Amino acid sequence: MGIAEILLALSVLVLVVVVAIPVLLILGTAFFVDGHFNIKDVVQVLTEPDTYEALKNSLVIAAGVTLFSTFIGVFFAWLVSRTDLPFKGTMKLLFLIPFMLPSFIGALAWKMLLSPRSGYITKLLMSSFGLESAPFNIYSLAGIIAVETMYLFPFVFIQVSGALERMDPTLEESARISGAGLFTITRRITLPLMMPSIGAGALLVALYSLAHFGVPAILGSEVGIYNIPTKIYERIYQSGGNFSAIRTATILSTILVVSAGVILYLQSFILKAGRFQVISGKSMRPVLLKLRGMKIPLLILSIIYIAITVVLPTVTIFMVGTLKTYGLEFTAANMTLDNIKYILFEWKMTQDAIWNSFYISLAAALVTMLVGTLISYVIVKMKVRGKFLLEFLGVLPFSLPGTVIALGVILMWSGRFGVNLYNTAWIILIAYIARYMAFSLKSNSAALEQVHDSLEEAARACGATHWQALKDIVIPLIKPGMVAAFFLIFLPALRELTTSVLLYGPKTRTIGVAIYTLNEDGETVYAAALASVALVIIVIGQLVIKRVTRSKLEGE
Amino acid sequence: MSYVKLEHVTKRFGKVTAVSDLNIDIEQGECFSMLGPSGCGKTTTLRMVAGFEDLDEGEISVGGRLLSSSVKKYYLPPEKRNFGMVFQAFAVWPHLNVFDNVAFPLQIRGLSRTEIAERTRKAILHTGLEKYETAYPNEISGGQKQRIALARAIAINPSVMLLDEPLSNLDPKLREEMRFEIKDLQRKFGFTIIFVTHDQSEAMALSDRILVMRDGVAQQVGTPLDIYTKPANRFIFSFIGLSNFLPATVADGAIYVANSEACGPVTCDLPSNLPPGPRITLACRPSEIELTRDDGIRGFIKQKTYLGDIIDYRVMIGATEVRVQKSRKSALFAKGENCCLRFNRPHFYLQEHVVP
Amino acid sequence: MASVRLEKVCKAYGKHTVVHDLSMTIQDGECFTFLGPSGCGKTVVLRMIAGFEQPDSGEIWIGDTLVSSPARGVFLPPEKRRIGIVFQDYAVWPHKTVAENIIYPLTIQKVTRAEAAERTARTVAMVGLEGLGDRLPFQLSGGQQQRVALARALISRPQIMLLDEPLSNLDANLREEMRFEIKELQKNTGVTILYVTHDQEVALAISDRMAVMDENGVIRQVGAPDDIYEKPADSFVFKFMGVSNFIPLEWRSGSVYVMGSDSVLDCPLDAEQIEAVRSGTLVAGCRPHDVDLSAKVSDNWGVVRRAVYLGPVMDYRVSVGKVEIRAQKDIYEVLTKSCIFREGDTVGLRFFDLKWFREKELAVAAEAAQ
Repeated sequence: MGIAEILLALSVLVLVVVVAIPVLLILGTAFFVDGHFNIKDVVQVLTEPDTYEALKNSLVIAAGVTLFSTFIGVFFAWLVSRTDLPFKGTMKLLFLIPFMLPSFIGALAWKMLLSPRSGYITKLLMSSFGLESAPFNIYSLAGIIAVETMYLFPFVFIQVSGALERMDPTLEESARISGAGLFTITRRITLPLMMPSIGAGALLVALYSLAHFGVPAILGSEVGIYNIPTKIYERIYQSGGNFSAIRTATILSTILVVSAGVILYLQSFILKAGRFQVISGKSMRPVLLKLRGMKIPLLILSIIYIAITVVLPTVTIFMVGTLKTYGLEFTAANMTLDNIKYILFEWKMTQDAIWNSFYISLAAALVTMLVGTLISYVIVKMKVRGKFLLEFLGVLPFSLPGTVIALGVILMWSGRFGVNLYNTAWIILIAYIARYMAFSLKSNSAALEQVHDSLEEAARACGATHWQALKDIVIPLIKPGMVAAFFLIFLPALRELTTSVLLYGPKTRTIGVAIYTLNEDGETVYAAALASVALVIIVIGQLVIKRVTRSKLEGE
Repeated sequence: MSYVKLEHVTKRFGKVTAVSDLNIDIEQGECFSMLGPSGCGKTTTLRMVAGFEDLDEGEISVGGRLLSSSVKKYYLPPEKRNFGMVFQAFAVWPHLNVFDNVAFPLQIRGLSRTEIAERTRKAILHTGLEKYETAYPNEISGGQKQRIALARAIAINPSVMLLDEPLSNLDPKLREEMRFEIKDLQRKFGFTIIFVTHDQSEAMALSDRILVMRDGVAQQVGTPLDIYTKPANRFIFSFIGLSNFLPATVADGAIYVANSEACGPVTCDLPSNLPPGPRITLACRPSEIELTRDDGIRGFIKQKTYLGDIIDYRVMIGATEVRVQKSRKSALFAKGENCCLRFNRPHFYLQEHVVP
Repeated sequence: MASVRLEKVCKAYGKHTVVHDLSMTIQDGECFTFLGPSGCGKTVVLRMIAGFEQPDSGEIWIGDTLVSSPARGVFLPPEKRRIGIVFQDYAVWPHKTVAENIIYPLTIQKVTRAEAAERTARTVAMVGLEGLGDRLPFQLSGGQQQRVALARALISRPQIMLLDEPLSNLDANLREEMRFEIKELQKNTGVTILYVTHDQEVALAISDRMAVMDENGVIRQVGAPDDIYEKPADSFVFKFMGVSNFIPLEWRSGSVYVMGSDSVLDCPLDAEQIEAVRSGTLVAGCRPHDVDLSAKVSDNWGVVRRAVYLGPVMDYRVSVGKVEIRAQKDIYEVLTKSCIFREGDTVGLRFFDLKWFREKELAVAAEAAQ
């Protein structure tokens, strides 16, 4: 029994250090000046025109993105799951691609295509139609909303298509036999039953958008459109990291945390309301709607959508990355592989960035996987009081935006407790661990829950001690879950920007930071080249995951 | 005058023929079951009557009204057929309360508010759900969910009720209760019931007539008593109730258990319609075999298991094992004893490949 | 092979006492069943004997070894108790092959490879799994997985075998088959078996002795299957062991009537029983098979309310006044004696093999139900 308590204490300690203290520090810094509770400053900061504007923009962007993502997500989910659209399997995969690609790279691509002065499409349209000024301005709220939507709608798509496919078909059949036609069934039965999934997806989109740095940074900062994460970044970098700026940042962070909290609360509310048991036990496939005349037009629509939102930006990135100079026409004479060679084999900055991203993400994934497994074991399998504390601490950072975690980590590890990790890779590592611990806990808990107690007990009855049972039975069975957790963290960490942009030092750039700063410095071509490399790495990584997870499943 | 008529109905899924040349005549007000193992085509047939699947060949009509015909290229969709249907997993809508669930088909038909309320209440009353009118499905038990499904189906006063294994998700006690309730409802409202099940005791308890199906082909239609006492073939015999199949031989006007001729002949009247050939199969129920001291074919008690009211014997006739069930009071033999067996109502079939 | 002895074992979860002061002995080589409704505590008893739970008080002995005693500070962990256990969900390890599953106990005991291989082969043959050694569990049927669990439990030659509802996830035919196999295995190896189930049919079929527990964990009766079935100690045991009729009685004008009816009980009662009827504490019980219906209406009569054909039997619900009696008759008998009754028929009744229960609560409850 003593060992269980020790493990519990250790786990709590880890989570407190990694999660709780940073959050408390943020709140403390925001609301306490010289030890006194001070709300005046908070109000003052919030009512400054600058910050007020940023807050408004955040909400407008989030609202817009959520709205459009929901429409597009539901539409395509319905198309793929409930109609006889041809090539459905392929379409489903293609719709999921935006999920894998970093949205700030997408923003980069759209900047190259629709920038009012030098965008390739802009130039094409202007010359074709003889326009005097650009028809679209990508540097706008509308532009930000459009690009974010392209990359976030899969949240809704996945939830809704999954729910539609697993829904008990007799729920709709019983409506049919009761006399209802397709339209009535969709209106009165299908849609209401989908609400929880739609809601869950939409809220995820809102949560993500509020906390997002990359797209508003690339498409908004140049023209003075800020949301909260970009405002925080601007303040800190403008001031060179002085304390007053950090304080302002913590106050702004609090808004982020509060809004994230509200959204998560709403989500749990909706999920509870979705107590519906709509999932069928029998594997019956739902009856598909015959599209008939609309089949080809809708297929073409889907293909065009994918072409515009996935293929076009990706191709643009690759092509711009091969230009000798930005703005040139795409002819063979103007294109070269030298850029790629340069960033991969000659330029230290980019080489460092790639190397940094790899080893920090690898370390973060490894540590999070192992610690997550331990903590999950305590939560799921051990009978100790106080487990709820672990669960709470574990899930907490999931709701914290990357910016907030970065800030918290800055406050905690910049000399306050005697250890100064600022501008080192360590601080990024710690931030990643905090950020992704929740994923590891979820994945490992799920795997552990699949390992029924009776499997361990059967081993004990065969003569195995507790430790032998763990080694021979439990660990082999949760290995797939652990591996899944590893990749679930490694890839997102590899390509992320929001957190590391606040923590990087001259020698500790990550890939995301490198691409971003290259763009800021006007080195568009190199930015694109590095982005191409990043995309290739990500795609390879995804394929590896698929191969590994599938083989694990088959091996069982 | 048959009310529900299926003529030469065939349905294929790709290369598989799910239903093959099916002909059914159901009387009005009858409780008609389709019984068979999973995959026999009973559910597909029900779904064709409901309209969720369309037949490939044949015709279906109800009450003289044509529903589907391959020759005339006619197909009436389910929402226009006016049937009541109850599904295995209840299919009760979780986002609507009991009242709204039951009222749904009436609302679709555009009846007046008062009429909807009146007929809904009536259906709810008939299924004993008055106390739960405003409750939601997740707040009530499985049995009551099934009653919602029933109420919703009878609310429109259908002429035909289609029931797709409606009781298999309920626990045994509830199942019995619901059987009676369904029968009572039929008596009150007078609709025709087409019932699909894989549970033979359920089919027997409920039905006026049963159709036994296998691999898409109709095997036998008859009353429960007929099916049990005069099964047309070996499959039906084994599917309904416990059974013994003994390979037997016919020689010198007597029947012997194959390879156990030394035990003596099977003592029973040689039926006139004995299948031809020296090799046949003797089928009999464990409860229809007498164990005596010296009257019958000789055997040896290999196993005696006490099951409460019933004693289960495994008796060896030579090398063939026979299962005998006797009531507690008449189980006089102990394990290891010799005995004689008499078959009360044996059936004889062609020597066939053993049916699993 | 060992006996199991429980002395005044108690176990509570929070305020809820699950096992009350349980004392009993399971003989060496016996097949003993704990039978009771779900949640009655029978599994807790099994887990305490296995060592996965500890009693709050009392002592547990396996053979001559004290394995659990909170008072004396003794607790032998499960791995040292030399038990074999088969769980309801088989608990066959999905990442190990059939052979690896079965041989595991021997690898823990560090048995030599040669001996382990030989014993595995023998045990595999014993449970009928020859040729399947290299398969993974997901490739096996439910029944085969159950046999793997059995083999794994038997191979280390345990002192006792604990089976926790091992057959409930199998279909009816397979259940019967496995029942026989378990009994055969026990006969061949002589191991003591403790079986836990809620299915009274299994209990009757395999046990040498059984204990019937009620939903509160109280043991109502211990004995051989036929004793339990034919001489139930109280109405709970009677009801639990099979479909049952309870017939409340009353005394009117010198005769024993079925309560609230004009039907006179056809069985003679002695003076003590008559006195009990008069004071309202006597209830008769009988099985549906022990109720005879005849076309000849006698003093003991009733009206058929439902006649349902169930295949091998005909199931009748007969109302006697407000009491409903259930009767089942073998279909062959019914056909040959031509006594198929229909709803509304008045029939004469004869009760055989009545059991008598003196329970005030039961009589009161029966009356309240009218």
